[in-house]
Amino acid sequence: MAWRRHPWWYQNRSTIVGLGVLFAALVGAYVYSPQMTEAVLASTLRQSIPLVLGALCGLLGERSGVINIGIEGQMLLAAFVAFLMNVYTANLFLAVLSGIAVGALLGLLLAFLAVTLKVDQIIAGTIINIFAFGLTGYYYQVGLQTKGKLTPIAIPLLSELPLVGRVLFENPPITYATLLLIFIVHFVLFYTPWGLRTRAVGEHPRAADTLGINVYLVRYVNVVVGGMLAGLAGAFLTLEAVGTFERLMTNGRGFVALAVMIFGRWNPISAWGAAMLFGFATALQTQLQFMEIIHIPHQFIGMLPYGLTIAVLAGLRGRTRPPAAVGRPYEKE
Amino acid sequence: MVRRVLRATLVPVLAVVVALLIGAALLHFSGLDPWKAYKALFEGAFGNLRAWKRTFEKATPLIFSGLAVAFAFRAGLFNIGAQGQLLLGSITAAVVGYMVELPPGLHVAVALLAGGLVGALYGAFPGVLKVYTGAHEVITTIMLNYIAINLTDYLADGPLKDPSGGGVVARTPRILESAALPTWGAVPSGFLLAILLAAVTYWLLWRTTYGFEIRTVGQNPNAARYAGMRVARVVGSTMLLSGLFAGLGGAVETLGVVGRFQPGFHAGLGFEGITIALLAKNNPFAIIPASLLVGAMKAGTSRMQFVADVPKEIIEVILALMLLLVAADHVIRALVGLREKGEERLVLTTGWGSH
Repeated sequence: MAWRRHPWWYQNRSTIVGLGVLFAALVGAYVYSPQMTEAVLASTLRQSIPLVLGALCGLLGERSGVINIGIEGQMLLAAFVAFLMNVYTANLFLAVLSGIAVGALLGLLLAFLAVTLKVDQIIAGTIINIFAFGLTGYYYQVGLQTKGKLTPIAIPLLSELPLVGRVLFENPPITYATLLLIFIVHFVLFYTPWGLRTRAVGEHPRAADTLGINVYLVRYVNVVVGGMLAGLAGAFLTLEAVGTFERLMTNGRGFVALAVMIFGRWNPISAWGAAMLFGFATALQTQLQFMEIIHIPHQFIGMLPYGLTIAVLAGLRGRTRPPAAVGRPYEKE
Repeated sequence: MVRRVLRATLVPVLAVVVALLIGAALLHFSGLDPWKAYKALFEGAFGNLRAWKRTFEKATPLIFSGLAVAFAFRAGLFNIGAQGQLLLGSITAAVVGYMVELPPGLHVAVALLAGGLVGALYGAFPGVLKVYTGAHEVITTIMLNYIAINLTDYLADGPLKDPSGGGVVARTPRILESAALPTWGAVPSGFLLAILLAAVTYWLLWRTTYGFEIRTVGQNPNAARYAGMRVARVVGSTMLLSGLFAGLGGAVETLGVVGRFQPGFHAGLGFEGITIALLAKNNPFAIIPASLLVGAMKAGTSRMQFVADVPKEIIEVILALMLLLVAADHVIRALVGLREKGEERLVLTTGWGSH
């Protein structure tokens, strides 16, 4: 049967209709109450940043065949070290860098365990989590004073647009960086030779090896770069969102990020959409609670992202396909 | 036989020793005295009868959660949710312990069973999800942990809150005397229950057809399916039993040690079960010494903190190092020049939703 090629707008018709409805709803909400709409949107974006960074970390690993369940630990330790760096040097730039470096180091550890030693990948990730919980617990001291946090930078003109202006163009630096990174990772993964190699290694490492691709190197690099992104997410939490460190402050975001990754079908831009959805659910709840429209104990609001994660995982049966070689150590012949 | 046991224990024992040495180095560089710290730790765990009792008490819930994790591992399932199952088992036992009035022996048994049952149901849920929807148990059980933490926090601070003393503290009322698990000398009865459960687990895994099915599914689900085993049923029931073990652990902790449910008092017990299962290489009997080791470290911390001024979280770091060394046993083997035999290595079902 001959395939008729549909035009691009027909192929993506559901996405386009969905975005259209979403935009109409936004405009409607904005007309109804500009302040509330802006507050919910800004909070949605804020909530989505660590989730999407975590999801990018997860999908870089999985696209090359390595499951990373240690994102939570990478974020937590990075958040902690970034906070300490900020306390002792009062240099926010150094603090962000140190968070990224910690993420990279833990990524290196994961790659060493999973790729070189061929420890079961899920166990390797769990070890990273337990390690991070332990280290932050031991070195955590009460009463350390933070030396400031990253502040929003308004982009001239753009930030004065109605509806999206304040939300998208008046943000602190890590938020901007993340928005850029989503597209950079997407581009690298799908439009460069390196991305092609990464995906080949994740789908069929033996074939990739035969073609002369260094499977171990590709996996190492992707897991370490992923670790940097998780580290950036940690730095976001202490330096941009909260401004201080609390024990176990990542609160499962590293795990929720994996659901975001799956929901986004291992695609960076879709993962961003999924992260925004997760963020929106929390933001809306908080706003409704704040306006005293609904009265639910805060613990139940706290459960929301976790329940949503389970629902996403259970509801996507047969509709997603992970990279074929994910989770399997590669043995050279 | 002796050689086999020696071979099997060499790596874990070396991992423990190396982790303690690295811990000592960490303490040294923090400007503390490692010798003094470890001495105090040892005295706090084994110095006198009360110390022994503390060690047994700390080890007891760990045996339960270790068995829960190890049992699921045998079927290729990673039950990270032992923590949540333990919490729900614990709060259920507390509720039965203070709300229901029954004759002494019966009361304990009913409270224990109720706790175990709720834990079992909470463990079966991710099992069923995995079977019917393919949702991977690693993520669903972690999510259920967070949900359990929030739920028990809410209950202990809301409907089940203890009103006595002005109701300042978020916790349930104390259980009735008839629901308390007794302690004989230094040995809590819960500890004996734990040992019994280890023996039952061993029997179940290696002396029954069901155990054979579990181990086959764990090693190769496709082969199990081809041999006519009902993999879905094995997965679901393994998670159910795993949850039962964890729930019982929570109930024993509530009825034997804490005497009520209080948020934060059971933190970490389920996660430490993972460490213990890996340390014991998923052998039910090896879980007992592994739990005693970790229990002793936990029992000795307060004395260590008091005498040597060492933060008690150093234990968590040492535990993480142990786990790292056990998992990466190549490193240890390379250190002592021991060649790797074609031993079983733990491989879990991988990939999200591709079961």
